[in-house]
Amino acid sequence: MTDTPLSLRSGAETLAAPFPPLLAEAEHLAATVLVGDHGRRRAGVGDTFWQYRPAQNHDGLRAIDWRRSARSDAQFIQEKEWQIAQSVQLWVDGAASMSFASTKDIPTKAERARRLALAAAILLLRGGERVGLAGDTLPPRRGEAQLTQLATLLSQDTDSDFGTPEASGLLRHSRALFISDFLGDIETTEAALTRAADRDVRGALVQVLDPAEEAFPYDGRTIFESMSGSVTHETLKARDLRDRYLERLAERKDRLATLARATGWQVHTHHTDAPASAALLWIYAALERRP
Amino acid sequence: MLTLGPLGFTAPWLLLGLLVLPILWLLLRAVPPAPTRRRFPGVALLLGLTDSDSQTDRTPWWLLLLRLLAVAAIITAFAGPVLNPQKQTAGTGPLLILADGTWADAGDWARRIDRMDAALADAARDGRTAALVTLTDLPPEPPVFQDAQAVRQRLASLTPAPYAPDAEALAAWAAQLDGDFDTFWLSDGLARDSRADLLAALERHGTVTAFESPQPVRALRPATFEDGAVSVTVLRSAPGRATQTAVTAIGLDPAGVERRLASAPAAFDAEATSATATFDLPPELRNRVTRFEIAGLRSAGAVSLTDDGLKRREVALLAGATPREALDLLSPLHYLRQALSPTADLIDGPLADVLLANPDVIILSDVATLTDIEAEAMLDWVEAGGLLVRFAGPRLAASDVSRSDEDPLMPVRLRVGGRSIGGAMSWGEPKALAPFADTSPFAGLPIPEDVTVSAQVMAQPDPTLASRVIAQLADGTPLVTRKSAGDGAVVLFHVTANAEWSTLPLSGLFVQMLERLAVSTRPSAPDADELTGTTWQIEEVLDAFGTLDRADTLPGVAGEDLASARPSATLPPGLYAGEDRRIALNVTDRDTELAAAVWPARITVEGLDVQRETLLKGWLLAAALVLLTLDILASLALSGRLRGPRAGSGAAAGVLLTLALGMTPGDAQAQDDTFAITATSDVVLAYVITGDTRVDEISDAGLYGLSNILFQRTSIEPSFPVGIDIETDDLALFPFLYWPITADQQLPTREAYGKLNRYLRTGGMILFDTRDADLARFGSASPEGRKLQAIARGLDIPPLEPIPEDHVLTRTFYLLQDFPGRHPGRDVWVEAAPAGAERAEGMPFRDLNDGVTPVVIGGNDWAAAWATDQLGNPLVPVGRGQAGQRQREIALRFGVNLIMHVLTGNYKSDQVHVPALLDRLGQ
Repeated sequence: MTDTPLSLRSGAETLAAPFPPLLAEAEHLAATVLVGDHGRRRAGVGDTFWQYRPAQNHDGLRAIDWRRSARSDAQFIQEKEWQIAQSVQLWVDGAASMSFASTKDIPTKAERARRLALAAAILLLRGGERVGLAGDTLPPRRGEAQLTQLATLLSQDTDSDFGTPEASGLLRHSRALFISDFLGDIETTEAALTRAADRDVRGALVQVLDPAEEAFPYDGRTIFESMSGSVTHETLKARDLRDRYLERLAERKDRLATLARATGWQVHTHHTDAPASAALLWIYAALERRP
Repeated sequence: MLTLGPLGFTAPWLLLGLLVLPILWLLLRAVPPAPTRRRFPGVALLLGLTDSDSQTDRTPWWLLLLRLLAVAAIITAFAGPVLNPQKQTAGTGPLLILADGTWADAGDWARRIDRMDAALADAARDGRTAALVTLTDLPPEPPVFQDAQAVRQRLASLTPAPYAPDAEALAAWAAQLDGDFDTFWLSDGLARDSRADLLAALERHGTVTAFESPQPVRALRPATFEDGAVSVTVLRSAPGRATQTAVTAIGLDPAGVERRLASAPAAFDAEATSATATFDLPPELRNRVTRFEIAGLRSAGAVSLTDDGLKRREVALLAGATPREALDLLSPLHYLRQALSPTADLIDGPLADVLLANPDVIILSDVATLTDIEAEAMLDWVEAGGLLVRFAGPRLAASDVSRSDEDPLMPVRLRVGGRSIGGAMSWGEPKALAPFADTSPFAGLPIPEDVTVSAQVMAQPDPTLASRVIAQLADGTPLVTRKSAGDGAVVLFHVTANAEWSTLPLSGLFVQMLERLAVSTRPSAPDADELTGTTWQIEEVLDAFGTLDRADTLPGVAGEDLASARPSATLPPGLYAGEDRRIALNVTDRDTELAAAVWPARITVEGLDVQRETLLKGWLLAAALVLLTLDILASLALSGRLRGPRAGSGAAAGVLLTLALGMTPGDAQAQDDTFAITATSDVVLAYVITGDTRVDEISDAGLYGLSNILFQRTSIEPSFPVGIDIETDDLALFPFLYWPITADQQLPTREAYGKLNRYLRTGGMILFDTRDADLARFGSASPEGRKLQAIARGLDIPPLEPIPEDHVLTRTFYLLQDFPGRHPGRDVWVEAAPAGAERAEGMPFRDLNDGVTPVVIGGNDWAAAWATDQLGNPLVPVGRGQAGQRQREIALRFGVNLIMHVLTGNYKSDQVHVPALLDRLGQ
């Protein structure tokens, strides 16, 4: 089952509804930072009131707040809070491996990943951030129109078995959110994250796994196939493989965590049978967190 | 047909199919189970992993064996196996079929008829003539041998008789026999003296074959009454296994419909031939029992009719208030009690209660005055057939009762004072009794010498007095007077019921007089003397199958015959009615013992069952089906399809197997225990299952949410809530019940009401929630409210009031004044404070120290406000925004307070807490 852009959008809106707008913290005042609504807790250019201060010599008459000044003898200037905006770039794995669901009752990994990504995008956009896709397809922009584009592009599948993280076209000093199962070649992820770290991009990795991938509830003579059928593995006693498979999975998670620690990213593993809101809350916190 | 031992095959050639099995073995062995193909993204992680030990890719031998067995079973089944194939043996000459035809045959009469039919059919096939005779219904002439087919026609009208064969008639009949014939004797299995003679007579004419049912014969002895309990003895003809037999008491219910009144088990020891079932019945029930039956046995022996011997009259005893803690022997009721307790059921209590019990007799001992209401009720009771017996005494003598006008509840008018004879201050001797007149009910009773009367109350001379006196003293003064009122009667003993005024209560005459007055019950079995010269009409007659029929057309029976207590053709068992009593005649009496018939070794005794051909085809096919089902499961298990996320087919096979094998779910008793243990090992909040799925879900989620909050905030750590079916589950295990009311829920049954009331009385609490926010108008406005009223009508609910400000619910954990649920607080009703509770000066609340309110009634839909899912997210919106959050919080606090109140009672009502509470209230 694949989401249409419309259903994906409405699902994500529902998921994002209970959260207040997410304000990603700008790590540096850098070239990517435009005037937005991130309060910097200091006076500067912005929309919201910051403080009144006595007028100085260099202040022009136009800067004087006459309403405040009329209440006393001195002249006052109204200062605004300095506000900036941040760019967040998303990459959601659209490969065939993501379209797996072990039972009919739980969504596929791809559905869950897209819903999470778009919900995060909605929160970020509401918070005044600029959101785009990693790569060249959709550079970060603000506004509702961007959501529609995001939804359309997120709904596209790719043909390959396992996805490769897209680290090209990341803006310097921006934020990124990668959602995938990270079951493919770990080297590509490693390369992408290293490249992102080089450009001083921090972000969050969300590993979406199906409960069956964690439990490996198989038994007997079995031929395992990848989703497109290109990779197969035959065993006579699937139950025997379980421990070793789980070992490898733990090793993979550990590798991801190590990688993330080295590059200043954060990792979270999400299972499709758990509610999406828990993962969204984690993303919300991860993107909001100050370094 | 091919025969191998007890097995025969109708189509033996099909057995050659078994030769295929080895080939099948080779074929199946070569084909391993097919692998499963599974899509699995994690395959990338599996690459390079090899199997630790290479498992064979052949089918395992045991699975092969299973399949081969199944195939073998099918092949054998179609070969038509037969167990015990019949071999015919033919006899010659006439055949006499002899049936005992007693009540002991009735239990399996149909099978006996079948057996006779089979024997006659055989005789007809062999061209033998036959005759059919039942010993309880002997023909006057010797047996006439006819064509067996013609005799078969008579079988359908053959019935057993509810008595034993008459030995004399049997001997006479046996003497008439002549000619040669074989005998086929269907014995009822009971030892009987006449049997040996008859057998000898029959053997003179040919061979005798006996047929007997292997089942021991069972019968009931008449019921006896001992020490307040009725015991019924079950007999069996042969000792055997230790078994239990259920005995049922049957009688009319208050509506006059015959039904089972009670049932009790009689447990046979392995070597015993009798066992006793004891019925401990309340007198009302016991008096209604008309017969006892062995459950599930159709025979006159299995039915024991009861008569007056078992009925006990209920006698209510009332005395005037005893002024001091008197000695027992001075008690005005002591002698009455002694005289009556062996033969009657005594009732004590205030008059109003006693009248409700509607006893047969009320005895007032020296009770002078009754209130108007009591007197009126008493008069109604007497006119409806009650017997009021009054005894005089100092109080009655001193009162004005029946002085100038005759009291309706007194048989005569009394003169002032009474008289005292033979005392220190009087002339004369204490008076003896005069012989009873013929018209008196006491007629014929011998009067002991030592019965004297030294004081009595005197009757006012009156035109009607003479006709009312039923016993008098030697000088002609009335001692006992009686008048009838309506259907009942009022009797006055002019002396006290104790030995103060006379020695009458000390004598046996007293008991006999009471008996004659029908105050007490007569001893059950009448002796032959008593029966001589009387005629008895049979009312209901018992047939051999144990069914009762009206018997209005049968002639009367002489008492002498009845005294013999031997049922016969002229004296069928049943219920006989005399002038004033009824006697039951059963097929057994008190001394009956059953013994199995003993046959000499030369006689062939066969069981009733013919060894019949048993076709095994169905069984073998069923076995094959079971084996194949097992094979499905085993194959699924081998290929890993029984486990894993898509194990639907495996589960289906499991269900199939369960159905195929007819497994029953675990023992109900064990389940009950588990339920009770789960419910009591922790605090468990419970809700009543309404049958409305949505409401039940919300109740469950609500109590789950509340349990969580309790766990987090208080020292109450409940486990998961449970749903309760008030009809079947034990309520006593739960301290608290949440009962959401739906408009269409079922009213509880009478038993459930009993349980609920017991629950409320013993400290349980029910929170009724109409969920319509409208209870403030007390109910009738909404369907739920009306339903609540309907439900509550049967409950023992105390007076209610809206929660007062100082109710302990407002401070058991949180300080609350408002009790919202999903709907904001309307009035919530609890048990009203006792009238007159005052608030002491300077105290924040009244001193109400008693009890937990058994019910809390409201309509705020609390469960909805408490409801959360497993992750703690609320399920139902409450209010709007922050105000809604606050309302949910208060609702939860109400829940916490409520459970605290349930579990700690009025602990917070203790004034010890006043300083702390005052402090928290900021005063």
